[in-house]
Amino acid sequence: MELVLQQVLSGLATGGIYASVALAVVMIYQAIEHFNFAQGEMAMFSTYVAWSLIQIGMPYWVAFGLTLVISFIGGVLIERIVLRPLHRAPILSQIIAFIALFVIFNSVAGWIFTYTIKPFPSPFPEEPIFGTFISTHQVGVIGVTLVMLGILFVFFNFSRIGLAMRAAAQNPESSRLVGIPVGWMTALGWGLASAIGAVAGMMVAPIVFLEPNMMVGILLYGFAGALLGGVTSPTGAVVGGFLVGVIENLVGTFVPFIGTELKLTVALVIIVGVLTIKPSGLFGRPVVTRV
Amino acid sequence: MMRMIGRHSAAIFVAAALSAGSAAAANYGPGVTDTEIKLGSTNPFSGPASAYGTIAKAASAYFDKVNAEQGGVNGRKIDFIMRDDGYSPPKTVEQARKLVEQDQVLAMFQNLGTPTNTAIVKYLNAKKVPHLFVATGASKWDQPDKYPWTTGWQPSYQTEAKVYAKYILENLPNAKIGILYQNDDYGKDYLEGFHEGLGDKAKDLIVAEVSYEVTDPTVDSQIISLKDSGADVFFNVTTPKFAAQAIRKAYDIGWHPTQFLNNVSTSKAAVIDPAGVEKAKGIISSYYLKDPTDPQWNDDPAVQAYREFMAQYYPDGDPADLFNIYGYAVAQLMVEVIRKCGDDLTRENLMKQALSVDHFEIATLLPGISVTTGPDDHAALEQLQLQQFDGKEWVLFGDIVGTE
Repeated sequence: MELVLQQVLSGLATGGIYASVALAVVMIYQAIEHFNFAQGEMAMFSTYVAWSLIQIGMPYWVAFGLTLVISFIGGVLIERIVLRPLHRAPILSQIIAFIALFVIFNSVAGWIFTYTIKPFPSPFPEEPIFGTFISTHQVGVIGVTLVMLGILFVFFNFSRIGLAMRAAAQNPESSRLVGIPVGWMTALGWGLASAIGAVAGMMVAPIVFLEPNMMVGILLYGFAGALLGGVTSPTGAVVGGFLVGVIENLVGTFVPFIGTELKLTVALVIIVGVLTIKPSGLFGRPVVTRV
Repeated sequence: MMRMIGRHSAAIFVAAALSAGSAAAANYGPGVTDTEIKLGSTNPFSGPASAYGTIAKAASAYFDKVNAEQGGVNGRKIDFIMRDDGYSPPKTVEQARKLVEQDQVLAMFQNLGTPTNTAIVKYLNAKKVPHLFVATGASKWDQPDKYPWTTGWQPSYQTEAKVYAKYILENLPNAKIGILYQNDDYGKDYLEGFHEGLGDKAKDLIVAEVSYEVTDPTVDSQIISLKDSGADVFFNVTTPKFAAQAIRKAYDIGWHPTQFLNNVSTSKAAVIDPAGVEKAKGIISSYYLKDPTDPQWNDDPAVQAYREFMAQYYPDGDPADLFNIYGYAVAQLMVEVIRKCGDDLTRENLMKQALSVDHFEIATLLPGISVTTGPDDHAALEQLQLQQFDGKEWVLFGDIVGTE
C-alpha cells in the first residue's frame, strides 16, 4: 500500500512537469491550431538563458523574470521571421519548419553549452517539508503550474486581448473584419507559448538536470497530457498531464506485462487512443469545421 | 558523353592501379604513401551522444602532436579523417563506406558507439578492413572467430560487472541486490556479466531488476520500486544523467544501500557534482585511467604532460573531461601499433601488429595496467581498479583486477 501511495505521489510530481509542458502545447494550439514540435527545445534553450544569467551572478527571480521577457521576444521573433512567410504554405511545410527549429535549437544549445548535464537551482527550499515522498521543489512545480493555469484562464476568458487571440485563431476572416490584427495575435501566441515553455523548462531542470536533450522525452508526455485533457482546454491539459504521470507510474510498477520497459508505450497508446476514440479529449470542445 | 567520361576515368583508374602496383615494393595497403597514412573514424559530433565526440577530437589532436613534433610515425604523417554519424547507425554505415571506398583509408580507428559499430562490423570484416580499438565497452568486439578484423579498447562492461560481483561475493555475501539498468545492449551486457560473476548465487542475491528507457524523463519511479524491494545493495547501470538522478533520488527518499556505479558514469563533473557530493558518499566504482580532476594525480608527470598537450593541441577541449584523456590514451596505442608495422603497412600486417601488443604501458593508465593483445585476445584493456567516493574525490583501493 505504501508503494502505491509513493508511486502516485511520484507520478503527481512528474505529472506536474508534463502538465506545465502541456500548458505550453495548448497555448500554441490556441494561437495556430497546430502542435509546435520545437516547443520543448525552445523551452530548453530558455532554461539555458536563465542558467547563463544566474551564472553571471543575477539573483534567481531577476533571472527568472528576464528569461520570460527574452523568451517572449524570442517567440515573437521566430513567428515573424520563420513562420510568417509560411503562413499560407501547406501544413507539411510548417511541420518541416518546426522540425528544423527543433534541430537548430538542440544543436546550437549543445554547441554553446556542451552536453554535460548541469544542476539548475530551484527557487524552493531544499528541506523536504512534505516528507520524503515528494520534494519541496516538486510540490512547488505543481503550485506554479496551477498558478499559470489560473493566469491563462483569466487571460483567455476575461481579457480583451485574450479573447481577441481566440477569435483570431478560430475565425481569422471575421476577426480581421472586426479589426483584430490577426497576424500579430499569432505572434503574441508564439511569444506567450514560449514564455510558458520557459517557466516549464525552469521548473523541469532542477529535477531532470539541464542538458540539450532534457525536453525530448518530456515533450512527448506533454503531448499525451494535452491530448488526453483536450488540446483546446488549459484545464484539461493540466489534468491530463497529472493523469499521464500517475498512470505511467502505476502501470509501470504494477502491470508486470508492461513494466518499466513499456512506460513510453503507455504515453503513445494514450495519444493514439485519444485521437481515435475522443479526439477532443476529456475537457476539450469538439472541433467543428463549417463547410 | 557518359561513355567517354566512363572510359576516361577507367583509364585513370588503371594508371593509378599500375603506379600503385609498381610502388608496392614497399608493401603499402590502401591509404598509405611514403609520406602519409590515412585512418578513418565515425563519431557523434551532433545529436544526443555528441558528448562522446570529443574522444576522437582528442585522439586527432594527439596525431597532430606526433605529426608536428616527430614528423609522424616512421616518417609518415597520420591523416585522421573523422566523420559525423550523429550516433545513428544508418549514417554510420554510409560514412564508413565512404571512408573505405572513397577516402580509401588503411583502417578504421576508434569508431564510437555500440549500435553504430554493430551496424558496420560485418561490412568491415567482409572487406577485411582493420576495425581497431572501438570506443565502446560491449563485450562482443572480442570475438576473434566471428570478427577477426575487429578489436576492442576499454575494459568491457562484462569484465567490469564481474569485478563488482566478485567484490560482493567476498565482502557482502548476504547482500540483497537491486539493479537499475538501461534497457538496451549496454545495460544488458552489464546484467549478463553480473549474473555470470555471481554464478549460482545470482538467483538468491538479486531481489529486483528494474529497467529504464533513455526517453524516460526521470528514474524516480524505478528507484521507489527498488527501495520497496528491500534491496541493501544497489547496482546502478546508467548513463550520466540518469546516474545523477538515481543517486539523488535514493538519498532523498531515505534509501541508503551499498551502491555500485558503472564506470560509464564516474565523472565527477557530469554525475557526482550534479547529484550532490554528500549524496554520493560511499559509492563504489572502478576505473582504468588517471582521472585528471583527481588531486592525487596533480603532480603526476603523465597527467601534467596531458594538460600541456591539451593546452597546445586541443585548446577548445576541457582537460577535466575524462573523454579527452581517454582519446589521448588510445591514440598512443594506435601510434605504437603503426610504429611496430615499420614499412610494411598493409591491412594484414597492421592487424597482425595490433594483435601482438605485449604489456604496452600508457602513462595515463592507472599504475599497473597495460595493454596486451594476441590472436585470441582482441580486447586491449581488461584490467580495472576499484575506487570509492569519499565525499570529496574517488579513492582507489584494492589490487588491479581482471585479466591481461
